[in-house]
Amino acid sequence: MDLLVGQLFTGLSTGSILLLAALGLSLTFGQMGVINMAHGEFIMAGCYTAYVVQQIAGDAGVSLLIALPLGFAVGGAMGLVLEALLIRHLYHRPLDTLLVTFGVGLILQQVARDVFGAPAVNVSVPPALRGGVDLLGVTVPKTRLFIMGLAIVAVTAVALVLRFTPAGRRIRAVVGNRDLAETAGISSRAVDAGTFFIGSGLAGVAGVALTLIGSTSPTTGQSYLVDAFLVVVAGGLGRIKGAVVAAVALGATQAVFETYSTASLAKVGVFIVIVVFLQLRPQGLFTLRTRSLA
Amino acid sequence: MNRFFASRPGTWAGFAAAAAVLFGLAPLVLSGFRLGLLAQFLCYAIVAVGIGLAWGRGGMLTLGQGVFFGMGAYLMAMHLKMADAAFRNGPGAVPDFMELAGIRELPAYWAPFASPVFTIAAILLLPTGFAVLLGLAVFKRRVKGAYFAILSQALAGAFAILLIGQQSLGGFNGLSRFRYFFGYNLDDPVNQQMLYYIAAGVLLAAVAIALQLRRSRYGELLLAVRDAEARVRFLGYDAANIKTVAYATAALFASVAGAVFVPIVGIISPASIGIVPSIMFLLGVAIGGRATLLGPVLGALAVYWAQTTLSEQFPSGWVYAQGLLFVLVIALLPGGIASITALAKRIPTKRAPAEAAA
Repeated sequence: MDLLVGQLFTGLSTGSILLLAALGLSLTFGQMGVINMAHGEFIMAGCYTAYVVQQIAGDAGVSLLIALPLGFAVGGAMGLVLEALLIRHLYHRPLDTLLVTFGVGLILQQVARDVFGAPAVNVSVPPALRGGVDLLGVTVPKTRLFIMGLAIVAVTAVALVLRFTPAGRRIRAVVGNRDLAETAGISSRAVDAGTFFIGSGLAGVAGVALTLIGSTSPTTGQSYLVDAFLVVVAGGLGRIKGAVVAAVALGATQAVFETYSTASLAKVGVFIVIVVFLQLRPQGLFTLRTRSLA
Repeated sequence: MNRFFASRPGTWAGFAAAAAVLFGLAPLVLSGFRLGLLAQFLCYAIVAVGIGLAWGRGGMLTLGQGVFFGMGAYLMAMHLKMADAAFRNGPGAVPDFMELAGIRELPAYWAPFASPVFTIAAILLLPTGFAVLLGLAVFKRRVKGAYFAILSQALAGAFAILLIGQQSLGGFNGLSRFRYFFGYNLDDPVNQQMLYYIAAGVLLAAVAIALQLRRSRYGELLLAVRDAEARVRFLGYDAANIKTVAYATAALFASVAGAVFVPIVGIISPASIGIVPSIMFLLGVAIGGRATLLGPVLGALAVYWAQTTLSEQFPSGWVYAQGLLFVLVIALLPGGIASITALAKRIPTKRAPAEAAA
């Protein structure tokens, strides 16, 4: 029983980290069919935002509260710039965008290396989040609970914005049918920029949260990026629901594999599971029904 | 093949000129050290030929060629380690790095690699077979575009992590310090030159195979799949098979390149085959011109040459240059350097390769 609860929790925790990293990616991928390889570097920017804020503010609790919105702003601003300078012009070449944004990622990593140095830096955890809580007989670190809560808040917020606000309605319209949306008077260019701002901002938030459970180095974002991509692939294009289910499922799969083998074999196991899964559902868990050939 | 060569004397002349430069000129003018570096770059160029085929002609963005490169490299390295151990301590001895790691018993999967024939067969067949299986699994279900790119990238990540976890494959440090290559002492400059000739020969062979594939009916089909997969399907062809052949050929080239790479460089570790090195294979291909035959070769040679000369002097500057090259070449010059002449002549190329590849 304890083992089961422990596993369940590890899976949920890994899943919520994946979800935070993948949520913004799924939004931008679904919006423009664009794979943003620099998304990992936006996460990294969030991590360093938390670090810098703590260096200035000092107190761990206050700095976390400042860093969360600031991380969103930093990530979002970087996304806006990237979208305006590059991605907008490559809209019809999604695979090329992938490589271009990889180049941007390389540059951002090196900027971080030159500014903050190659060695990892640490952000101290607020006293309120130190230690653990006993849940159903298992000791659960508070930081992990915080990240789970943050993931839930982020997903709910995105879902509510998409569902109920005029901006969200425009985003859904463009995702559903870009040409028709433009005909209806929606500026898809403005919507693209807005979506990119939100998606990249979420990466920044993810980065701030990740400083609670690990140290920050210039390659931090990259290490989360591949898993985040897998979540998006398994979840299906542009569906928040898909990203949530896929993230939790992948987290659980990894946790189960890790129990019975090693962490390195778990990565391979997850990869095999995804390839097999794509045999069953090539377009991911949840797909928008379209009649296009592609 | 003969038909094509007969009808195109220029092709013969081109191969003869390349052979003359690689086999005649380069060993004369380059020092032993430089020749070794060139041999290493030639290995990367072999990988690039395969990527040019799969990505440039087939539209499959393979971000995981490091997997196949690594497979070939590790298979060869295992044989070299076994041969070294047998030379020192008699047949069936445990390679030196395992002794250091405290592994006394030879793992069962290492044993067959004492045989050179088995090793070479494995280098040729294992990665190719794996690519066929994976290719069929993915392409039959019409997983393509960015989805395929991400999967291939995840594969590279998983493979590198798997290798790091295997102490019986050297773990994080990989396999290194090889003394003999099929009985030839690797410290002898003559044998180092022989390795260079092998790399050059393999590269020429790879280019010849790629050329033949491009000019055959298959090459036309591959191009058609890249530009309009649905139409090819409606004509009754199985697009998945067509793509898988190109993917597996690219895997074969990468594997052989890895196998030749190991005795030349003397080390293979997970760090040189993971996600980032796998994407780096693409940079030269993109710069040279992904859809051309020789663009990937020349691009790869240029990029790795620049990397070696510049990264020591300006380590951080080189990373910026790499990133900028990715951004500028792919955003502004998707046809690579090869497309500059076409642009200069102001011939409007109606279907730019990149546009179609997307």
